[in-house]
Amino acid sequence: MKPAPFIHHVPKTIEEALAILAEVAPQDGRVLAGGQSLVPIMAFRMARPAHLVDINEVKGLDKLAVEGGKLVIGARVRHAAFHKNVVDGPLGKLLTYVVRHIAHYPIRMRGTFCGSLAHADPASEWCLVAATLGGEIIAKSKRGERVIAAANFFEGIMSTSLAEDELLAEARLPLLPADAKFGFYEFNRRAGDFAMAAALVTYRVAGGKIADARVGVGGAEDRPRRIPEAEAALNGKAAGDEAFRAAAEAAAKAVDPLEDVQTSGEYRRDLVRAVVRRALEHSA
Amino acid sequence: MTEKSNITLNINGRNHAIGVEPRRTLADAIREDCGQTGTHIGCEHGVCGACTVIVDGEPVRSCLMFAVQAAGKKIRTVEGLAKGDELHPMQRAFMEHHGLQCGFCTPGFLMLAVGVLEREPDISNEDLLDVLASNLCRCTGYQNIIKAVRAAAAEMRGAR
Ligand SMILES: Cc1cc2nc3c(=O)[nH]c(=O)nc-3n(C[C@H](O)[C@H](O)[C@H](O)COP(=O)(O)OP(=O)(O)OC[C@H]3O[C@@H](n4cnc5c(N)ncnc54)[C@H](O)[C@@H]3O)c2cc1C
Ligand code: FES
Ligand code: FES
Repeated sequence: MKPAPFIHHVPKTIEEALAILAEVAPQDGRVLAGGQSLVPIMAFRMARPAHLVDINEVKGLDKLAVEGGKLVIGARVRHAAFHKNVVDGPLGKLLTYVVRHIAHYPIRMRGTFCGSLAHADPASEWCLVAATLGGEIIAKSKRGERVIAAANFFEGIMSTSLAEDELLAEARLPLLPADAKFGFYEFNRRAGDFAMAAALVTYRVAGGKIADARVGVGGAEDRPRRIPEAEAALNGKAAGDEAFRAAAEAAAKAVDPLEDVQTSGEYRRDLVRAVVRRALEHSA
Repeated sequence: MTEKSNITLNINGRNHAIGVEPRRTLADAIREDCGQTGTHIGCEHGVCGACTVIVDGEPVRSCLMFAVQAAGKKIRTVEGLAKGDELHPMQRAFMEHHGLQCGFCTPGFLMLAVGVLEREPDISNEDLLDVLASNLCRCTGYQNIIKAVRAAAAEMRGAR
């Protein structure tokens, strides 16, 4: 249970970090952010990176601010930053509600929002938030900068479209309209565990009818995503039990659930039905 | 093996000059290199919380940090809780409420609870319960740990 040897790089600026990353990435060099996923994996020797580019002292990566209608979250922003409201309105409330479901307090002191996205665990709450709300990922490398839509970022279990020499410099989440409602629900067996299925929903009510519905499901498939069938079951309907049940049913039908030794696909499908319905009930 | 770096760990106000490989976890460095064995190691992958220490005011898992990352920071471990012969209110509360049996998890629970309460003295009972779910105890069944921490929280608030 001890990590294999590695060379520790501690850049102080983004330019320096990108230069080192470009050099060591081909030799299995990796970014070290909060270490709350990478260090356990190294302890198990499931990863044995030869170089770690530690970004904890890089200046300019701790930005947490609203710019152009988006919340900008730098690579050094820890989960615990969201224990408090970071932005007025429904998005801030959504983030303070969701963060409490991530791991445990001491892990939230170190783990980062962007590290969660880069790690891309299918059950990660932040990945679900980014996918559901239509977040953007800013990837920087010596070669330049690109913006990746969350919908194109997650490629499978712990796999993303980030290149090995790219730093996930920041994530951006669009603000929610002031009248947006949201609901989140996850199922797991013990407090702080990864979810076996989770759902995040947002919508507005206009003229008594649901509009702009977003239904995201995480932990059920190899990556979190919006479920258009469930959204269609909500838009134009009155917010209430009937529409919520129809959306939950549509989501359960639409997903292609992961299976593992403890959890059959059918069980996960049932969980998807339950978490979508409960997320919707919490939103009302 | 990679080269060792010479670093100084400041634990409970005392400097320890040590040489460690980058892969040395903070938990191992505290115990093996600095000889402060009050901090316990259970799972070495972030699940049990036995290794919880306070680094620059934040309760963290010391098995998920490298020692080189803690150089120059203020580290507090269970050895630093008591003032001389006078136990910290949290330690006293654990004794009075039978918050420990074998004691293996206790240093981690103490540092977790003290670390969180120093940051958020007015934390609600419900949130405190969620905080205590961070660490594992195989003996007590948790109820007496919860009682002890709530009692100490009240005392720490009163002492402000
Ligand atoms: C007991 C336990 C329970 C947990 N429960 C949950 C949970 O319920 N939900 C949840 O979502 N997470 C959970 N986690 C994981 C935790 O949230 C991690 O903090 C998170 O997954 C990774 O963030 P990090 O900053 O710690 O990244 P690290 O561990 O430092 O890195 C993870 C991976 O991402 C890469 N990486 C990190 N940052 C960047 C970047 N800026 N650019 C490029 N690559 C990068 C690293 O190279 C590495 O491959 C748990 C962890 C533990 C130990
Ligand atoms: S030894 Fe660090 S959490 Fe278990
Ligand atoms: S008292 Fe024995 S593990 Fe907690």
